[in-house]
Amino acid sequence: MQPVLSVRNLSVEYAAARGKVKAVNNVSFDLFPAETLAIIGESGCGKTTLALALVRLLSRSARIVSGEVTFSGANGVMPFDILTLNQRQLRAYRWRNCAMVFQSALNALNPVLKVKAQVQDTARAHGERDEKKIEARALQLFKAVRLDPDRVYNAYPHELSGGMRQRVLLALGLLLDPQIVILDEPTTALDVLTQRTIIEVLKRIKQEMGFALVFISHDLSMAAELADRIVTMYAGQIVEIGPVNDVFYRPKHPYTTGLMRAVPGLHGDKADLISIPGSPPDLIAPPPGCKFAPRCPYATAICTQQEPPLEARAPNHASACHHWDQIPILRATERNGSDA
Amino acid sequence: MPSETPIFELRGVHRSFKSGRQVIKVLQDVNLALQPREILCLVGESGCGKTTTGKIIAGMLPASSGEVLFEGRAVAGLKGEDFNAYRKAVQIVHQDPYASLNPTHNLYRTLSFPLFRHKLVKNNAEARARVLELLELVDLTPATDFIEKYPHQLSGGQRQRVAVARALTVNPRLIVADEPVSMVDVSIRVSLLNTLTRLQRQLGLTFVFITHDLAVARYFAWEGRIAVMYLGRVVEIGPAPEVTSNPQHPYTRALISSLPEPDPELTRSKQRLELRSQDIPSLLRIPSGCAFHPRCPFHVPGKCDVERPQLAPTPGASWAACHVTEAAAVRG
Repeated sequence: MQPVLSVRNLSVEYAAARGKVKAVNNVSFDLFPAETLAIIGESGCGKTTLALALVRLLSRSARIVSGEVTFSGANGVMPFDILTLNQRQLRAYRWRNCAMVFQSALNALNPVLKVKAQVQDTARAHGERDEKKIEARALQLFKAVRLDPDRVYNAYPHELSGGMRQRVLLALGLLLDPQIVILDEPTTALDVLTQRTIIEVLKRIKQEMGFALVFISHDLSMAAELADRIVTMYAGQIVEIGPVNDVFYRPKHPYTTGLMRAVPGLHGDKADLISIPGSPPDLIAPPPGCKFAPRCPYATAICTQQEPPLEARAPNHASACHHWDQIPILRATERNGSDA
Repeated sequence: MPSETPIFELRGVHRSFKSGRQVIKVLQDVNLALQPREILCLVGESGCGKTTTGKIIAGMLPASSGEVLFEGRAVAGLKGEDFNAYRKAVQIVHQDPYASLNPTHNLYRTLSFPLFRHKLVKNNAEARARVLELLELVDLTPATDFIEKYPHQLSGGQRQRVAVARALTVNPRLIVADEPVSMVDVSIRVSLLNTLTRLQRQLGLTFVFITHDLAVARYFAWEGRIAVMYLGRVVEIGPAPEVTSNPQHPYTRALISSLPEPDPELTRSKQRLELRSQDIPSLLRIPSGCAFHPRCPFHVPGKCDVERPQLAPTPGASWAACHVTEAAAVRG
């Protein structure tokens, strides 16, 4: 299948007083039409920087050092490299082809404008002038995200709860029917029951509208529930990528295993949980070899000398680890059948 | 239940706040008894009153009405030495270790200050020895490497350990920990929880652990209890494994069934409890009867919206405030 977005050797640096922070380092992956890709990792692993680079919304202190981000999702349009677009072309790409929904639903809406005005402004900024058409589309989307369309359309942001605002942003992101939607921590800071509503809404509109979804989360449970494929990031690099069940049950990178073993669940006996010792490396002067080696239980001499390449270890499942074949299987067989 | 005098007790505690002309009832009729060396987790969503309860226990906020008893004596009536003894015995660890430590003080200064203030040490040598001991206690080792450090040189998890060490300076018996791991990365969260568990055993501490995360509550309070709060009241309380594996109150059941879990097949095949309404009512307009009735799928019209259910034993080991589970318990 032809990917809708293809990222090759993408590197992003931030300028800091001490030197350059290598926030995203030589990242390559494909995003396929209608799939859900979860990018998991801890704070500072580069997941948000990576997402911002995909829509070229990086802050001024950031610089894209190398790479290509090829978009080939639009019908009848030649594939193009997002990193070479000028401002005008970028404006056409953002929102129409690829929409990003930000983490903080509280800050992303303008408090002095009604939702209605923000919907119309957004549409206009991205080249849609038919107000009636936009209104009809917005009301339809509000309904799809389980909001009361007329009330919300005419409301100010402060009249809405956090969960409602998050859903307004989601609907706003879908306004121009993009091929790709990027969600940054879509449910952090939301309560459990509100989070559930967002998850259910996402599942449904995803099925109805068929966009490809990239979502960034530090929450493994969210990824387990929503994703088709998982990307694990560590110290600015992709260390593992594969189908959700393979990554959760048969991980091929010790950092992924470490994350899985550190998260408590709600079932069975008291879990034997273990933290990953140590802390992530300094990204200004990262260690040679594997960045995870100082914290890794499998590390040997080769790990500190040679950087392991991200290579296929099983069908559609790649990891960047010299000792991937020593990593234990967490669960051998699935409960009900195989992956679809 | 053990028959020792509770180290801390809340009896019919209410707390409200004024907001302009409105009165917000944050806590209503909260009753909790903490046995010495017990772990109690307060869980619930934002606005349920869990932090307010923690602040009342830590003496940072008085109750509007009701009794607040420390070792059987009313906190409100404590004076002079007795009050100081209470304030020393109950310490709080806050959520945000980036805000709770003074960035211009190194760890020696942060940890020695309360030691001198409460005359627990006589001179610098004694203070230094005690600070090193405290750092070891919270697994910041080798302690000599940490004692001169400033907060910005530490990770979030390490800062939170310093906050715990600071709470321990005055040899408390009860620690209120308000979301102590929510700002700490997942990979190191468990080791912080394990340190707290070890300290609880080693020092015989009583813990009030406030969290919105039921999985964290279940892990930390495995041998203790979980109290689930909703709109200012405790709606279910019982042994942690019981409350999480066999929840009785419809609200607890909704929470547990809504939570995604870190296992793709399990989380996708989980039975969900559908609520009648997604929206949490405002504390300014708390529903009549059982406050959960507008959202509850088992709601009995004419009963739940009229009469307030009291905490009562359930068929399991926990207590729940629900007419429906109560009726089921009577039927046996």
